Amino acid sequence: MTRAMMNQNNPTSAVIANEFLVFTLGREEYGIDILKVQEIRGYEAVTRIANTPDFIKGVINLRGEIVPIVDLRVRFHQGDIRYDEFTVVIILHLVGRLVGIVVDGVSDVLTLTPAQIRPVPDFAATLDTHYLMGLGTVDQRLLILVDIERLVKSEDMALIEKTVTE
Amino acid sequence: MSIDLSQFFQVFFDETEEHLLALETLLLGVDRMAPVGEDLNAIFRAVHSIKGGSATFGFNDMTEVTHVLENLLDRVRKNEIILTEEMINAFLEAGDVLRIQLAFHRGQGSVDPEAVRGIQAKLTALASAVDSAPNSKVTPSVENSSVFAFPEEINQRVPESVAQNDPGYGFFESLGEAPTEPDPGYGFFADLVPPVGTFPVSHSVPVSSGQGLIGLAENAPPEWMFRGRRATDQIGTDSSIRVSVEKVDQLINLVGELVITQAMLTQASEHLEGGRHEHLRMALRQLERNSRDLQEAILSVRMLPISVVFNRFPRLVRDLTARLGKQVELKVLGESTELDKGLIEKISDPLTHLIRNSIDHGIEMPEQRHALQKPSFGTVTLNAYHRGGAVVIEVSDDGGGLPRDKILTKAREQGLPCHDAMTDAEVWDLVFEPGFSTADSVTEISGRGVGMDVVKRNIHQMGGRIEIDSTVGLGTRTTIRLPLTLAILDGLLVAVGEQVYVLPLISILESVQLTSENLRTISGDGRLLQVRGEYVPLVVLGEKFPVPGDRSLFPESPPIAVIVESEGRKVAVCVDALLGQQQVVIKSLETHFRKLAGISGATILGDGRVALIVDPAPLVHESRFSPTGVT
Repeated sequence: MTRAMMNQNNPTSAVIANEFLVFTLGREEYGIDILKVQEIRGYEAVTRIANTPDFIKGVINLRGEIVPIVDLRVRFHQGDIRYDEFTVVIILHLVGRLVGIVVDGVSDVLTLTPAQIRPVPDFAATLDTHYLMGLGTVDQRLLILVDIERLVKSEDMALIEKTVTE
Repeated sequence: MSIDLSQFFQVFFDETEEHLLALETLLLGVDRMAPVGEDLNAIFRAVHSIKGGSATFGFNDMTEVTHVLENLLDRVRKNEIILTEEMINAFLEAGDVLRIQLAFHRGQGSVDPEAVRGIQAKLTALASAVDSAPNSKVTPSVENSSVFAFPEEINQRVPESVAQNDPGYGFFESLGEAPTEPDPGYGFFADLVPPVGTFPVSHSVPVSSGQGLIGLAENAPPEWMFRGRRATDQIGTDSSIRVSVEKVDQLINLVGELVITQAMLTQASEHLEGGRHEHLRMALRQLERNSRDLQEAILSVRMLPISVVFNRFPRLVRDLTARLGKQVELKVLGESTELDKGLIEKISDPLTHLIRNSIDHGIEMPEQRHALQKPSFGTVTLNAYHRGGAVVIEVSDDGGGLPRDKILTKAREQGLPCHDAMTDAEVWDLVFEPGFSTADSVTEISGRGVGMDVVKRNIHQMGGRIEIDSTVGLGTRTTIRLPLTLAILDGLLVAVGEQVYVLPLISILESVQLTSENLRTISGDGRLLQVRGEYVPLVVLGEKFPVPGDRSLFPESPPIAVIVESEGRKVAVCVDALLGQQQVVIKSLETHFRKLAGISGATILGDGRVALIVDPAPLVHESRFSPTGVT
């Protein structure tokens, strides 16, 4: 029931949040709704899971919860993929589910006013425009705002059983 | 508006279920000859609460039934009419109807409108029958009021009753030892008694109706015992709170993590030399003790006394014996034995089946028992206790025992593998085969549909075992052994490269070293392992679950095959090394991820890493399609 209620209060992508966590993937900067982020951690050894796509790194033990880890760098074909002490995992909290995403780095948290957010033009970004909420501009920086929930729950992420995906 | 209310539906459902259970327990315990005012009030209150709740939530069908019931009960309570056996039966029936209606509102099953109308008519008829026969009205004569007041009076005297005078009162003796005088001490001391009480539940059943208001002394003991139990229950409810299982599981998770963190700290402190760091090490030892205690305490929150299940059976026994014309007494021992909530929910059906079997097939008819010089009352005993990290539940009867010859004949008819030289235990195992039934005729109660094979399968799914022990003429005892909790699994940790997997110990038969002699390759990629003349299909776990990683972690040791059995089939699972046997806490992968083929769950190892638990069933299943027919 609580989940159903959260769904009602959080209609995906309908309301654009104004605080964003900024991470980098390759040379692009992305922003995701800060309210969907539970914590940021270093990359630790995962338990590999056989017969899954290569971007699913495996599962980790997050204080007793078994949480899957997805490497967005692998998913979006970034060239240089290393796992070291600087590799960062963002733990997302998406309607009762926890998912970790591996990115190149986390830079800062930015507040955007609606005026700073533009609709998505047709352009060749690493991510499919389908998952984008808009473009944000702060000073000279361009932020690609991602509907991270839609992205993570998409079918080709293979994180959730098909029946669960809307 | 309706959304708002629906938030409370669950609470209403839970509470109504409790009220219905209380209603049934009270009705079965009530002494018709001398109903205690407090009992009747409690019954009335239960019905009244259901009525109020159902009206609030707009379940009008339930309100209607409870309304009629309440009216009748109110008059019984006020001594306007006398409680009859017929009424108790009708009340119990009404309780059943309410339960069906409740299930319907929960979205389970459907309600038969005929049954609802039937019970309403019955209750109305009972009320009007009393009205038209003024004789049966209880006139507040002197004798009557004294009979009714007597127990009340005792009840009030209870607190000041004298324990010192008779220290032996607290212990329940067997049924037959009913004291000739109702003893005020019983009710008072019941909660001090170890709950291994024998509740002569069905005792009042065979007592024929139509014995006036006298007979108070004779019928007193059951009443005292029930009163005693209620007193305990009340103490329990007053000091308890309703917490969602989710919250408890969250606590269990957190404490599990705490224990792992503590283990890491202890490991990190090992190289510190004594003396200077003695303080730290002492504190760490303290932490270890505290966190273990905390873990145990938290795990016990999920545990419920088995009486939650056992309480349903007096009614079952009462109904069955009435229908079959048998005389059966149900003995319940070890009611307070605790077991995991998840197991409690699942154990009810198998136990019901076993009790039905005992009464239908086990216990003989009274005349037959008499001829055998057995007491005409058959006894079915339910016993639960802890033994060596497991919960043992026994269902035993003093009936005729299992007919060995008949089972063998039936087994042969059904083409099951059997021969005359089989040991008794092997013969008893035959009754667990699918489709096996020794009943001469299919009765309404047993002998069709769900068989012992389903009982066995259910017990296995819970990670438990079931055994039968039987002696002709003396009776049958079925023993169920269950793990303490569903959340814990006895597992064998195996290594495949860097990965660690857990194989459930219950399905492992043995481990065999792989050599070039015992391995056979057949056309295609089928491989067979020869184990003492038998060929078992071989599955390499690393090929089944391929992950990128270093394979040569154990280059010096040859691979090992673990022979695993599931659904009666064997498969040899090839792994790199055996790491040891361990109890692991089962975690669901589906909470944050999804179901994975061939994996039944995950667990967290002592070092904080995640290990996957292998489900043997699909391994066995898939190996069937490789050429195993060669054997």
